[in-house]
Amino acid sequence: MAKETKTMNLNFGPQHPAAHGVLRLILELDGEVIERADPHIGLLHRGTEKLIENKTYTQAIPYFDRLDYVAPMNQEHAFALAIEKLLEINVPLRGSYIRVIFCEIGRILSHILNITTQALDVGALTPSLWGFEEREKLMVFYERVSGSRLHANYFRPGGVHQDFPVGLKEDILDFCKNFPKVIDDLENLLTDNRIFKQRNVDIGIVTPQDAVSHGFSGVMLRGSGVAWDLRRSQPYEVYDKFKFKIPIGKNGDCYDRYLCRIEEMRESTKIIIDALNNLPEGPVMTTDGKVSPPSRAAMKKSMEALIHHFKLFTEGYHVPKGEVYTCVEAPKGEFGVYLIADGSNKPYRCKIKAPGFAHLQAMDYVIKGHMLADVPAVLGSMDIVFGEIDR
Amino acid sequence: MQKVNLNQNLKNQFKSLNITENFSEPVLEVSTEELPGLLIYLRDNKDLRFRQLIDILGVDYPKRENRFDVIYLLLSHEFNNRITVKTSVKLDESLPSVVPIFPVANWFEREAFDMYGIKFTNHPDLRRILTDYEFEGYPLRKDFPLSGHTEVRYDDELKKVVYEPVKLSQAYRDFDFESPWEGTKYIKKEQDKR
Repeated sequence: MAKETKTMNLNFGPQHPAAHGVLRLILELDGEVIERADPHIGLLHRGTEKLIENKTYTQAIPYFDRLDYVAPMNQEHAFALAIEKLLEINVPLRGSYIRVIFCEIGRILSHILNITTQALDVGALTPSLWGFEEREKLMVFYERVSGSRLHANYFRPGGVHQDFPVGLKEDILDFCKNFPKVIDDLENLLTDNRIFKQRNVDIGIVTPQDAVSHGFSGVMLRGSGVAWDLRRSQPYEVYDKFKFKIPIGKNGDCYDRYLCRIEEMRESTKIIIDALNNLPEGPVMTTDGKVSPPSRAAMKKSMEALIHHFKLFTEGYHVPKGEVYTCVEAPKGEFGVYLIADGSNKPYRCKIKAPGFAHLQAMDYVIKGHMLADVPAVLGSMDIVFGEIDR
Repeated sequence: MQKVNLNQNLKNQFKSLNITENFSEPVLEVSTEELPGLLIYLRDNKDLRFRQLIDILGVDYPKRENRFDVIYLLLSHEFNNRITVKTSVKLDESLPSVVPIFPVANWFEREAFDMYGIKFTNHPDLRRILTDYEFEGYPLRKDFPLSGHTEVRYDDELKKVVYEPVKLSQAYRDFDFESPWEGTKYIKKEQDKR
């Protein structure tokens, strides 16, 4: 007599601590084995692209902080690069170096959050307590330079908004000196941890071919053994002036992706130290008065500066007609902006390419045949943040 | 970044093809019928190998006859270069889905459908993706208002979330920054002169 079996549907989320936000994952289970996963996204959809079409270029930058909110400045970077390419303006060298420093800080911010919450999902509490202490220090750097811990609005077309305040350079160097020790501590807790390995090794394996055809980028791609990093292969900003290694995984499982992130944090620390030691002097923002606002002092004395200031913060600047795609290696993968300008002071269309969108899409492919308990491990290693996926 | 090694005879193979350049990257414009063939060619040709589809985006030009542009961004890891493929459709037209060629296109096409109402034939699962369940309208079209049509609130008496038409307590402010000094291309309306 044939045994009749029936699959069971399970709603994972939208309110679930391991869903990393508002993900409604509908799982079709055969016992404890997953047969199909159907992610329902959009619960955090705020219509960012529509809003950007209705705001001037300057007003659109803060929306990028709110995409991947654990590494805000990396997003702003892609948008700033797009505008710079259309306007054909250059960033002063000091501005470029500051951008690199803060992009790498963003990478560390994001990777700490990801590693520690992934550990939390599979049952380790301590890493998140230790890791978040470091994140707090980094966010203080954000605050000192931009005035806010999270939504920085610091990168502007043509450079960065303000120069370093007094003492920040030394403090970041100080942090970089102590941070490798913290990574060692985290590794002591996790890398050889029996439980952590049992939950992650050989879970969620992605082959290099599938990683490419499923549109993976960033650590998801490198974890599968594809040597591809935009900072190296298509250098933007001044990344070609730095020496850094790019860690590559072997097996393409959750554990390899974890190891890649750990190594990337070490490399980022080195880049920051390198950039701080070679930080050139000079302006941090382009001196083109049609794009960057005049200094406060100039405004008090010069009528022309005052007019420029007024025009820049009401009308904004006009970007010449054209289309451009720029992308950066954000902590989660290739973050891109496709910008269509029509010659006015507002973007005609601004498409945001979020790496997590493609990664989450592959959830069904990755999780098929795994056990229910592997869902948090795979979700954690994909580095899902709903700000950027839902937009 | 390397230069894309495009075959000069490509135009014989794809009749509707139009090759332009944008920031030294090639842009291929093609009709919807020839789109899947071109993408397969770009993916499998040994001199090109555009194996990764980065994104698909729709663009709305309400005044054009072919109202929507659909843009495909491709990346080749082997040759380290990028290419853009463009096609356009009318309002009531549909275009072939590229999910069989690039599995990643699934959600990208769903998003284009959700935001612009562009229909893709032979798509395995063309549902809305980012908007609410039972949402009506296509939010990224230029004729869709920024405020939307409905708003939600929790009704204390009905004990559930209710949908209502949008009521703005303050009118939406849209400033006209077109400077009269630089010469506007239109004559300002009477009410603006007051």
